[in-house]
Amino acid sequence: MLKPEIAIVGGGPAGLSAALSAVRQGAEVMLLDRDPSLGGQLVKQTHMFFGSKKEYAAIRGIDIPGKLISALEDEGKGRFKPLLNTAVLGYYDDGVILADKEEEAMLIKPQKIVIATGAAEKMLPFPGNDLPGVYGAGAVQTLMNVYGIKPGNRVLMVGAGNIGLIVSYQLRQAGVEVAAIIEGASRIGGYLVHATKVRRAGIPILTSHTIKEAYGKQKVEGALICNLDENWCAIPGSDKDMKVDVICLAVGLTPQTELLWQAGCQQKYLPELGGYVPLRNEKMQTSLSSVYVAGDVACIEEAGSAMVEGKIAGLFAAADLGYDEKVEERFLAYSQELEELRAGPTGAKIREGLARLNGGV
Amino acid sequence: MRIEDHPIIKFKRGKPVSFTFEGRQIEAFEGETIAAALHAAGVRVLSHSHNLKRPRGFFCAIGNCSSCLMKVNGAYNVRICVEPVNEGDRVEMQEGRGDIIAQA
Amino acid sequence: MLEKTGVPDPEQINKITPSQERLKNGPVAIVECFQNIPCDPCRYACRQGAIKEFADINDLPVIDHEECNGCGLCISECPGLAIFVIDASYSADEGLIKMPYEYLPLPEQGEEVIGIDTEGREVCNARVVKVQNTKALDRTPVVTLAVPQAQLMKVRSFVKKGGE
Repeated sequence: MLKPEIAIVGGGPAGLSAALSAVRQGAEVMLLDRDPSLGGQLVKQTHMFFGSKKEYAAIRGIDIPGKLISALEDEGKGRFKPLLNTAVLGYYDDGVILADKEEEAMLIKPQKIVIATGAAEKMLPFPGNDLPGVYGAGAVQTLMNVYGIKPGNRVLMVGAGNIGLIVSYQLRQAGVEVAAIIEGASRIGGYLVHATKVRRAGIPILTSHTIKEAYGKQKVEGALICNLDENWCAIPGSDKDMKVDVICLAVGLTPQTELLWQAGCQQKYLPELGGYVPLRNEKMQTSLSSVYVAGDVACIEEAGSAMVEGKIAGLFAAADLGYDEKVEERFLAYSQELEELRAGPTGAKIREGLARLNGGV
Repeated sequence: MRIEDHPIIKFKRGKPVSFTFEGRQIEAFEGETIAAALHAAGVRVLSHSHNLKRPRGFFCAIGNCSSCLMKVNGAYNVRICVEPVNEGDRVEMQEGRGDIIAQA
Repeated sequence: MLEKTGVPDPEQINKITPSQERLKNGPVAIVECFQNIPCDPCRYACRQGAIKEFADINDLPVIDHEECNGCGLCISECPGLAIFVIDASYSADEGLIKMPYEYLPLPEQGEEVIGIDTEGREVCNARVVKVQNTKALDRTPVVTLAVPQAQLMKVRSFVKKGGE
């Protein structure tokens, strides 16, 4: 059985940042990721990141993993062990993790564990949503930005949050037509600079619109969309037929909390944060003292905040093992950074959710 | 369907490999998943729903949703969206839920 | 309305437009950022100190058009691609717009293209005066278009003639 000081599950922005923070404190870190390379969903983000210049703003998402990994190799020499192609399958009562590394079972018993498993995409119920050609936005990004394969010729994007807007822009960059972006709400949910960018690219954004059905025999051939009134009810006679071969769903994410349920961490349903999320203190420590969380598994938010949460979780996982150099000073800096990122109007929902999480209501 | 020139990304493709889908030969590149290679070849229908036999494709492409389960080299329920393609792979649609024991 | 359509209102554009005097004095940056989001790279991009320090990372950028010399370093640093440089002093009939353009194929210098507005509509013919795509721009090329003076505050993108 492997007995690392700290195991981190998930090598996306939160997990990588947690690893870096922990090795900087002097701890030994084993980073487990089911993919063949580190970076999580960052490897698909071709756009420049927002946020603080201190925290990789204006750097393209695809370039961030490389920076974090080289810092980890540099500063964590001999103490940073990435295990790729390693899917964590279970967490047992005695604190043992079961992992599958290329079909070999592995047992790992870390002293502290940081769960940074990210999020899964939500589905939307409508007739025909099971037709081939109805894809999650992440799938479209995977095909297009990882493998360089066009998802189709003409796409209907469902959802005008940041993901819907960004993926539409990326489709246009890949030479794929986006027929429209539709959004059920009466306002665009994503950053408005993304919205102006896609409008300039000739892509219509139809707020107060939803998808009624996807049609096609063997695969998507088109979609019926309609206008919604202020009560989110379809306006009769407002149907429009869109001839598209891909319907891309960008309708939100939900935390991937399976391991936390297995571990027995207390969780609470908070729609503002994306669904069930673990209770945790300001150290990102869950109701189980050896289990920490960071990133989308804790709350659906931007990658910038996920990275700062990772730094906090890694810092305290290490500090609790005795690697507590400058812990207060660092914690103060990270928590201020997090507070600033969430301070504006776009952080209102997150602030409400976190208040309810801590308020116990 | 493959993107040759991209304003931001330089795609590094592995060496060409070929595999079969339902007996038909398909060309791909090493490093791609089976799902990506099938998509590039225009294959959209990967299976059928158990009861109504409705056509099914992939949805998430990152190994979460299990909408892309297929039979690969005799093994059932392979998530082809995260399964790298190899030279000579035999990829088939599976009927029903398959078997946990791989067929030769 | 911007939040419903993704198109800025004329009042929003008026508010960030430099004075006529300043426009006549040569190139100046226009920052079309209308929403308080946590983002601050523009302020670090500006070497002239024209983009003021943020009290809060969620603040809208404040640019002093008098201190801005229109160098354009901020264009490719803005993650929202919301910064343009306008030069109304180019000629009596034409002005220049420098804009970020992250699509292929890039246009050629001297090429005639079609200017596109914030709604994605074709508004006028435009001429490509310069295409910058250095390493420092990090895959956000900056294209300079010459457009009729009247279209300077309208054109924010372009398409190649005869489709792509």
